[in-house]
Amino acid sequence: MLGRAGLWAAAAAAFLAATALALSAADARSLRWARSGDALTLDPHAQNEGPTTNVNRQVYEPLVDRDRSGALVPTLALSWRITEDPSVWEFKLRQGVKFHNGNAFDADDVVFTFERARQPTSDFKGYLTSVESVTKVDSHTVRIRTKGPNPILVQNLTYLFMMDKEWSEANNAAKPQDFKNKEENFAVRNANGTGPFALVSREPDVRTVFKRNDLYWGRGEVPLEVTELVLTPIKADATRIAALLSGEIDFVQDVPVQDVERLKSSPNLSITTGPENRTIFFGMDVGSPQLKSSDVKGRNPFADVRVRQAMNMAINREAIQRVVMRGQSVPAGAIVPPFVNGYTGEIDAVPRLDVAKAKALLAEAGYAGGFSVSLHCPNDRYLNDEAICQAAVGMLGQIGIKANLVAQSKSLHFPLIQKAEADFYLLGWGVPPYDSEYVFSYLYHTRTDKFGGWNATRYSNAEVDRLIEGLSAETDLARRNAAIAAIWRQVAKDQLYVAIHHQVLAHAMKNFIDIPVHPDNQVSFKLVAFRKS
Amino acid sequence: MIAYILRSLAQAIVVMLAVALIAFAMFRFVGDPIATMVGQEASVAERGEIAERLGLNDPVVVQFGRFVLGIARGEFGMSYRQGRPVAELLAERLPATVELAVLSSAMALALGVALGIYAAINRRGILANAAMALSLIGVSLPTFLIGIGLIYLFAVELRWLPSFGRGEVVKFGWWSTGLLTDSGRKSLIMPALTLGFYQLTLIMRLVRAEMLEALRSDYVKFARARGIPERSIRFRHALRNTMIPVTTIAGLQLGSVVAFAIVTESVFQWPGLGALFVQAVQFVDIPVMAAYLMFVALVFVTVNLAVDLLYFVLDPRLRGNGPAFAR
Repeated sequence: MLGRAGLWAAAAAAFLAATALALSAADARSLRWARSGDALTLDPHAQNEGPTTNVNRQVYEPLVDRDRSGALVPTLALSWRITEDPSVWEFKLRQGVKFHNGNAFDADDVVFTFERARQPTSDFKGYLTSVESVTKVDSHTVRIRTKGPNPILVQNLTYLFMMDKEWSEANNAAKPQDFKNKEENFAVRNANGTGPFALVSREPDVRTVFKRNDLYWGRGEVPLEVTELVLTPIKADATRIAALLSGEIDFVQDVPVQDVERLKSSPNLSITTGPENRTIFFGMDVGSPQLKSSDVKGRNPFADVRVRQAMNMAINREAIQRVVMRGQSVPAGAIVPPFVNGYTGEIDAVPRLDVAKAKALLAEAGYAGGFSVSLHCPNDRYLNDEAICQAAVGMLGQIGIKANLVAQSKSLHFPLIQKAEADFYLLGWGVPPYDSEYVFSYLYHTRTDKFGGWNATRYSNAEVDRLIEGLSAETDLARRNAAIAAIWRQVAKDQLYVAIHHQVLAHAMKNFIDIPVHPDNQVSFKLVAFRKS
Repeated sequence: MIAYILRSLAQAIVVMLAVALIAFAMFRFVGDPIATMVGQEASVAERGEIAERLGLNDPVVVQFGRFVLGIARGEFGMSYRQGRPVAELLAERLPATVELAVLSSAMALALGVALGIYAAINRRGILANAAMALSLIGVSLPTFLIGIGLIYLFAVELRWLPSFGRGEVVKFGWWSTGLLTDSGRKSLIMPALTLGFYQLTLIMRLVRAEMLEALRSDYVKFARARGIPERSIRFRHALRNTMIPVTTIAGLQLGSVVAFAIVTESVFQWPGLGALFVQAVQFVDIPVMAAYLMFVALVFVTVNLAVDLLYFVLDPRLRGNGPAFAR
């Protein structure tokens, strides 16, 4: 009898063991992620480019991150403050964090990372121009001295990924890739961060595999249910969507606008959409005495604010949203996405469509017969960029402005803007620090060495310049926000740009996951939880 | 014959240099690499500094000279897009393209010749006419449409074949092949079909036309009169004479298949040289573009040489010394 009981016990034990095995197998879940392009490099400081930082943020982490509302979230830093000296920031670091190779994360790594990201070959040095020096106070406290007070320094650090000093130095990767060197930097295809996923293998443009970092400090705080993450870039839109439909891919981050409705009707898939931190707008040369591409000679039609007002009234943003973007956009009145500091519904109010009044304004300005001008437009940068321009050409034609469309690749379009050589152009602007100052200093300040790098309008207003420059030193946040509001009022009066819409992003995925859109188009896979079926 | 090969080689070098020069002159119209290399925060001064460091401010002739000298030393430079040596990138992508091109060409040649002969011999057969009608589609449909059509049929609807990529590959040193794994072989089918479809129809139509021509010629009539079996006439006499133009076309097409698999590779996310080139163009990755164009020129030059040499095998008249070289 005993033998029989033993047999039952053994069987029961075997059954339990089998169940446990099955459970742990179900627990191991991989997620197959497709994008239109791959990361250019795994070096976290070499390329300030969306897809690149999105890949790197799975492996590396910043001191502070940003949630979907734009609010700062403590990550490798637990707290931060401006010290008694307004030019010095202090960061308290998280304890007990380890890099994937087992090294501890501490103040030395932070000092090293700032050093590395400020090298001439770094593409992130632009965020850190205000930094004077970075010093270690103790093993988990760091102080940053800025050149003069900088109350929004911390807003600039959400893309600064922390690297391991020992690992970087041991592998001769203490500086980002220099293209003059003949050797590939070790950090280009190898990675060692503190993040939720560790790199397993990397074949650029083909396949990159990550596995879950089981020792991640945030376990328990975030779901972290994905055990294996596989990134496959698929460039052709139709193929990328086909791969999702055929079940070879679980999550497509870049969904073409025209496929959104069709995918919504598919029973096994779900779609998430949300506004991106990016506004699409038209700019025009208001400063030159005469336009290069216009039939009006001897004067510049765009220099007259009534012409700009007329253009703002003639562009039918709702029609662009409905027809060109198939509903996937948020019509805008100003170049400031909703989550950015300084945004108000008032400045972003969409100008009323009024073709008759626009024509009257043009006539009043002395252009009753209209005028011609070239419209420069990229065709591979923003969602349906060329189609937006085509629509605008028709709308402007209604009030007599004959825009000749020149649509070309971004590598030809952007230099025109940077050299201020276009009379009339389309551009998109994202605001990574989530603060209006960033918009002002690049798009509204007079073009100088330090400011106005993307202001191709030749707009120059000494009063506005003075207010913009004052923002960086203003430590009182209430006064600073009042100054921001004053600048917005002034530039709204000048009608410098014609804002079209805030771009909307769409992700498509299998039903068993839900990945909402982050305004920066950055997906954190540690936040992904699988639906219980 | 050795003199002939040497002369061809000298010509090849001149052709390659010409291609490089034309390519370099054209890069200026592709755009500014700095625009895609740095983030939007980079200042004018920083952009200028990078252009200076990369030597982009030098005159085209100086840049060209530097490029040729680099090649002579076996250096192709660094990719602006990926920060990796260009030679390494090309070597990594070469196996995928070669495998795809060779397989699709072999398929196109075998099927094309067989169908062409069949269509010539059974000129009024239903099957032959159907094949001819189908071949019209192959000549007129754009490659990407065929590719996307195949993907929706075999990947999305039937789920027999993968829609993208190369599947699992096996590595031998720096060479990689997908022929040894199940997923690798499955992944090859649709891209090879798409890439080879045009060649197949072209070869088929060419073989048919040439074969009909040959079957009407005097020597075939004489052969028939001598009582030589029909089978021997068709395959030993007529087919052999058909093969000279077919070899020329098929050879040149092999060159263009290797060189311009761009569309097929983009549609199927095939990790070959064509896809690399498309990305290089979008990023204005000059070192990669330059190296790729040189590679394409090399392929064409080599294939042309090989085709010339094949004539010696196929046409006994060329084997003698003298008149053959006067060509």
